[in-house]
This record gives sequence, structure tokens and C-alpha cells, in this order.
Amino acid sequence: MSANILGGRIPVSKVLWSVVGWLVVFIFFFPVLWMWLESLKTEPQAASSPPTIFFAPTLAEFQEVLSGDFPPFFINSAVASIGSTLLVLILALPAAYALAIRPVKRTQDVLFFFISTRFLPFAASLVPLYLLARDLHLLDNIFALVLIYTTINMPLGVWLLRSFLLEIPPELFEAARVDGASFGTEIWRIVVPLIAPGIAATSLICLIFSWNEFFYAVNFTSSVAATAPIFLVGFISGRGLFYAKLAAAATLASLPVLLAGWIAQKQLIRGLTLGAVK
Amino acid sequence: MIAVAGSGGVREPTAASVARRDGWLRRLPLLPAFVYVILLTQIPFALTIYYSLFSWNLLKPGSFRFSGVDNYTRLVTDESLRTAVFNTVVLTISVIAISVVLGLAIASLLNSEVFGKGLMRTLMIAPFLIMPTAGALIWKDTLLNPLFGLLPYVFTPFGLGRVDWVNKYPMVTVVAVEVWRWTPFMMLIILAGLQSQNPEVLEAARVDGANAFQSFRRITLPLVRPFIELGALLGSLFVVQTFDSIFMLTYGGPGEDTTNLPFLLYIVAFQGFNIGQASAIGVVAVILTTIVATIGLRTMFSIFQVEPRR
Repeated sequence: MSANILGGRIPVSKVLWSVVGWLVVFIFFFPVLWMWLESLKTEPQAASSPPTIFFAPTLAEFQEVLSGDFPPFFINSAVASIGSTLLVLILALPAAYALAIRPVKRTQDVLFFFISTRFLPFAASLVPLYLLARDLHLLDNIFALVLIYTTINMPLGVWLLRSFLLEIPPELFEAARVDGASFGTEIWRIVVPLIAPGIAATSLICLIFSWNEFFYAVNFTSSVAATAPIFLVGFISGRGLFYAKLAAAATLASLPVLLAGWIAQKQLIRGLTLGAVK
Repeated sequence: MIAVAGSGGVREPTAASVARRDGWLRRLPLLPAFVYVILLTQIPFALTIYYSLFSWNLLKPGSFRFSGVDNYTRLVTDESLRTAVFNTVVLTISVIAISVVLGLAIASLLNSEVFGKGLMRTLMIAPFLIMPTAGALIWKDTLLNPLFGLLPYVFTPFGLGRVDWVNKYPMVTVVAVEVWRWTPFMMLIILAGLQSQNPEVLEAARVDGANAFQSFRRITLPLVRPFIELGALLGSLFVVQTFDSIFMLTYGGPGEDTTNLPFLLYIVAFQGFNIGQASAIGVVAVILTTIVATIGLRTMFSIFQVEPRR
């Protein structure tokens, strides 16, 4: 069952399964690859029939998108994602600490409550939040999105950070308490450095969810505070027009999350499963 | 009077009061997050229930009046809601079922002896990381468009050319794009399960004469089952809320063919500004989700034993 390939002995089955595997991976990755290819074409090339496969790549559409009205959308996305992630960390870290290190009665119920709010359909609170934002003049204000994304990501933050805290030997905290460290010192000097990887993983997941969020963005913003996905809505009825520009904008809008996810693949699994899978 | 004030003023710290104080100190760090979540989810939900009992259209000033369960009776007789519930169920079940099967197959491939595993996994998770609105647009305009898209051109020799997928098979298109997005998610979770397996057990089974299919069914599958269940549960809680790709691909249409619950809510609340009706839809959506999530999350609790340490 073995063949001589490149001088070494490699099982035929390995070659066979590799071919099958790469074929499957190619099918799944192809739309992303196609997006990149389209973004490097000129408009006539991007919408040609038959499709243009060989072409001289150009960055013209990226320049067009970046010098046009796209940057404010991108900046709004960054403000909403980073702002809400910081707020989640500030609020969730003490809560996760309380639930992991100094468990209160009914810890299970509190955890269950937090996670249930993550999966509460947005239908549950959408209308009152919209009316409240309208009355407080927070519609089309990035602050409203920061508050909402914080709500969405809080359960993730509490669950994930708790799962990381559970891995720290409790003796470390006890030693600090005996030494008379205050709660603030205990969190800042001991907890934060110990679960730095956990904080990184939590931030990553919060950033992914808020960066890609669309439902609240489309309903709560219109122009001033509109985020990157809203910019893409402008291309929704493109019939053969602006495909290259569309692809360039889609590439830029997807880039931060794609890179972050690729760099932190291990944390991604743990984050997506709320800490259940390590 | 004085005696009462005195007895209240100097009280010896009893064991009970110390315990109570300690209890509050333990709860205190929990409070900010807890209060924040209550304020932004529970109170609005209570208001949603309240509004659902009123007839109120934002476009008609002064239309706010109590209407009892009118919004609910209208929902029961309204075909739109039934269609939306049906579409939500079809979409969720087909996306989860297909992506679990594909995810399991691809995870098994990536867990076997193949070339370039790391790069394969990296490329595989890209569809999940791409912004859903961006992914949907790429599919709709540059891949599926009957005139300018790549796929109609590629499929022409197979007799499938120039098919207007988005308009002719809208649900199939939405399911396909969502499967493309969620298969990598399932694959990641199931792969983590497969990698936690001890290879020596499989080797022992092989020595004992088990074939590949037998050892997969008897050894591997029971081991990764909790991971599959976890993926299916988390996935369905997300897929039930699908909005981005429907908005971008079909806008709920043609007609109401791909209108699911979130999209119906969007239409009623933000195109019709019918606050009372939208709130009633919200309450129904919560009840449906709660039933699914309660069963599912309790299962997850028992599978992964989320227990307090002490």
C-alpha cells in the first residue's frame, strides 16, 4: 500500500485523502479567493462574461474605496467594537472573578441567567431600546451601538473569563488575601496578569461579534454613526456595476476579523464554545 | 425612644452579621455586570410585553391605546407569522443538519494523515470570519448573478447555466450561503473533539480487527458526540437569528418566501412602525427561543459539567 514519492515512502492513502481534503478546502475558500481576485480587477474585468481569470492586478479600486466615503464607516466600526469590548472587560472581569473564586450561592443560576440573555432574541428588547434611543437622541449615535454591543457580549465575557479564572490555583488568591491585598489590588496585580491570555481570547470574540454585527447597526444608525456593514448595503442592488469596488470594500471590511481570527485560532475555538472546549 | 436608638446603635458584630457582610462583599463585584444586563435586557423585555398590549403606530401620532390581546389574536390569524415561523424552522434545521454532517466529514479529514493540515484549517475557517454582509454580497453578485456571476458560467456545460438562483430558489440560496458560513464553525468544534481522542485506543481497536467504519461508529462517534451536540446547540441559537444574509440576498422575498422571524420583526417594526404588533412578535419569538434554549442549555450544562469549584 505504499508508493515511492519524492524518495520517501508515503502511503497512497495519505496522498488520496490529501487530494480530497484540498479539494473540499478549495471549494469553501473559493468565494473568499474570488472576492480578492475581483477586488484587484478593473470594473469591466470584474463584470465580464466569460469571467476574467488572467489579468494584471490593480489596486485602483482599493484607492477608490479608501479615498471615498468608506473610512468614516470603518472608524465607526472600530469605535463601536473597541469601546464595547473595553466596557465588557471592565464589567465582566469582577463578575467572572466573583463567580469563579468567591462563588456566591446560586452561582449556577447566575451563570445561566447571563448566558440566557445572550440568546434572548433581539426581538425581545428591540422596540423599547429603539424608543429609548430615539427619546435620548441616541439614534445614529455610535454611543448607542457601544452600549448595545456591550450587552450582547457581556455573557460571553463573564463565561469565558470565568473559565480562564477556574484554571488558576486558588492558593494564589488566598496568599494575596492573607497579605492584605485589597480587592482592587487583587484584581489588577494578580488576576489580570494571570489571565492575560484569557483576556486576549475574550477581547477577540467580543471584537468579532461586534465588528460583524448588522441588525442593530442597520436599525439604529443611518449616516453619522453607520458602521462598515452598512457601507456594503449601498451595493445591494448592483447589477453588473461596481463589482470590483464592492469586492474591495468587502475585503477591507472583513480584513480585521479575518486576520484576528487567523492569528488566534486556538482562542477562537475556546471563545466560540464559551470556554467549554479548550 | 432613647433606649430603642441605643440598642440599634451599638450592636455587637454577631457571626450572622459578619457572614451577611461577607456575602455582600462576595456579591459586590458581580453587581455592575448584573445590573447592566438587567437594565438593557430584562427591563426592555418587560416593556415589550407591555407594548404588545397596545395598538400603537409611530407614524400615526396619538394612536397609542390599550387593545388587550388584539395584537396576539391578529398574529394567530395572520399568515405572515406562520410563514415566518415555518421559514425559521426550515432554515435552522437544514443549515444545522447539513453543516454538522459536512463539519464532521471535514474535521475527520483534517484529523487524518494529510498534507498541510494547518494551512487547510486556516483556509477552512475563513468563511466563518468573513463579515456576513460581505459574504452574502459576494455570493449574490459575483458568484450567483445569472448574467455576470462565475457559477452560472461554470455550470453551463452541465445544463445548469444562467439559473437565477436568488430569485428561483431563494431558500436554497440562503441555506447554501449559511451552510458555507457555519460548516467551518462545526468543523472547528468537532475537530477539537477528535483531537482530544487517544490514538492508542484506535490502534488497539485496529489490532483487534475492527475496520475503519466500525471504529468510527463505536469509538470515535460516541467520543465526539458531546462536541457535535454543543456545536449544533450554539449554532442553532445563532442561525435562528439569521438576518444579515436574508437582508442582503433576498430581502425576505420573493414575496415572503425567505422571511424568517427576525426579518418579519424588522419589516413590522421599521418599515411599518407598528410598535404594538412588533412587540407581540417579540414576545412570541422569546417564548419559542426559550423553549429550545432551556432544553439545549440544560443539556450543555450536564454535558460539560459547568460546576462551581468549591
